Amino acid sequence: MIIKDRAVKYGDNVDTDVIIPARYLNTTDEKELAAHCFEDLDSDFSEKVKNAKIIIAGENFGCGSSREHAPLSIKASGVKLIIAKTFARIFFRNAINIGLPVIPSPEAAEEIKSGDEIEADLDSGVIENITQGRSYKITPVPEFIQGIISSGGYINYAKKVLSKKRLLSGL
Amino acid sequence: MTEIKNNIKPQTMAQKILSAHSGRDCLNVGELINAKVDIVLGNDITMPLAVEEFKKIGVESVFDRKKIVIVPDHFAPNKDIKSAQQCKFIREFAHGQQIENYFEIGRMGIEHALLPESGIVLPGQLIIGADSHTCTYGAIGAAATGVGSTDVAVAMATGFTWFMVPDTIKFIYKGKLNPWVTGKDLILYTIGLIGVDGALYMSMEFTGPVIRNLSMDSRFTMCNMAIEAGGKFGMIQCDSITEEYLKGRTDSRYEIFKSDEGAGYYKEYEIDCSKIELQVSKPHLPSNAVNASALSGVRIDQSVIGSCTNGRIEDLKIAAEILKGRRVNKNVRAIIIPATQKIYLEALEEGYIRTFIESGCAVSTPTCGPCLGGHMGILAEGERAVSTTNRNFVGRMGHPKSEVYLSGPAVAAASAIAGRIAVPGEVL
Repeated sequence: MIIKDRAVKYGDNVDTDVIIPARYLNTTDEKELAAHCFEDLDSDFSEKVKNAKIIIAGENFGCGSSREHAPLSIKASGVKLIIAKTFARIFFRNAINIGLPVIPSPEAAEEIKSGDEIEADLDSGVIENITQGRSYKITPVPEFIQGIISSGGYINYAKKVLSKKRLLSGL
Repeated sequence: MTEIKNNIKPQTMAQKILSAHSGRDCLNVGELINAKVDIVLGNDITMPLAVEEFKKIGVESVFDRKKIVIVPDHFAPNKDIKSAQQCKFIREFAHGQQIENYFEIGRMGIEHALLPESGIVLPGQLIIGADSHTCTYGAIGAAATGVGSTDVAVAMATGFTWFMVPDTIKFIYKGKLNPWVTGKDLILYTIGLIGVDGALYMSMEFTGPVIRNLSMDSRFTMCNMAIEAGGKFGMIQCDSITEEYLKGRTDSRYEIFKSDEGAGYYKEYEIDCSKIELQVSKPHLPSNAVNASALSGVRIDQSVIGSCTNGRIEDLKIAAEILKGRRVNKNVRAIIIPATQKIYLEALEEGYIRTFIESGCAVSTPTCGPCLGGHMGILAEGERAVSTTNRNFVGRMGHPKSEVYLSGPAVAAASAIAGRIAVPGEVL
């Protein structure tokens, strides 16, 4: 899977309350959630994301609440990939589960600037900064997680596991 | 209680509970496992999404209707039409699936106070909840952590979920607690020490003589906020205080897991509690912890005492002791939210509710409400609150230009009287 787009950069500890404020959590509609994504952090985000679909961030991206509405709102905004120095664990899990690629890379997250053109090859594990002429190797994704991603998310993965179980038990 | 054979390499209690739930004798840090869960929890914000995902999996029923817990507590009692629709959706799911532990308004409480109180969560269990503060149950010696709605959907269908085995940081609390200092001050101090990602992906194990003498309510507060340091679990080993708490709440058997002598820790911190004063975390990170006494010039508009962090009887008792016979400052809205109906009733019987009302506080039915900027005390632009809740991120309690200062109940009550951040000594 190759993702090519421009970058938009934020800082450390971007929390789930600024990704999608709780006042909008009375719905599960992705489009409605996307309309308010990053509203309290960057009121221009909905404009910026039209030309920059790769988010770059610092430490502990997605800290705070377990709301899956956070990665959902980002994904529904059109974002294709998040590269951060580190991710908060529940956000990281949620992003994988809904099929939003997230890559921890301290080096890339440090050096990439807003507006840089980025190409990330998730299979070979390389992030290319075309603008700056730099490339970064990504830590390989564990096989188990790859299974979830290649199934198209955790729900499809669970479907597969359950149907295999049914076959084995002769149901 | 079962003694675990020690013929394998020493493990932490987190490793042991995960081992026991994945059919293994021992586990290494970093291993990915598929583990059997004992309790799966969701609320009115996360459960609607989980139910939508559950329906996509294509199974008829949940794996075990006794092991699913659904609590409408965040925007409930319904704050608007959309919230009412969400609550209706999960109510119908709960009834359709014959979920035993669905808690309707009038019987519900804030989930992380309600589940231990009802004896639903027990030592040695592996618990997941679509709420980040699920880590609260580590206070009774369980391995409990927050996950997302999709994780809950899959766990409701299969009874399993995946985990990475975490490393553990050990915190040893020594010394004598200062007056009015509770679990909240210890945990704010600790988060201040290690930062909001100081325990990222890790288990935080709270130990030492101070913890061994600490009340269950304070223990819940500490484990509740492990997530604010990025932690996966916040854990306290089950002891006589835990077992005393569990009496009368459960007839079920449970297993106690203790960290082995010589278990490998990522890091150990020894903390001298006699040096810890009442703490306040300034906006906009829980790690901005300072001595409350250093903030005495900070004026406030609102004081909130409640939430899954500090809405228990110990918290209300402390607030009542300070508020009794005194008046809330005329420039302050003081809002008190007992975390469960049982706590509310106990506070009523003890006379705390009378004290609160006489001193000029608003008292609410249980709800997460203002903690996450839902309802029951939203802040306007430029307003400032002292709150016993758990997060002070930008916009957390309302307008993005409002501010939340996190504290324990003593500072929140004293500040309500003073109209500015204050410690009890300034108002008593």
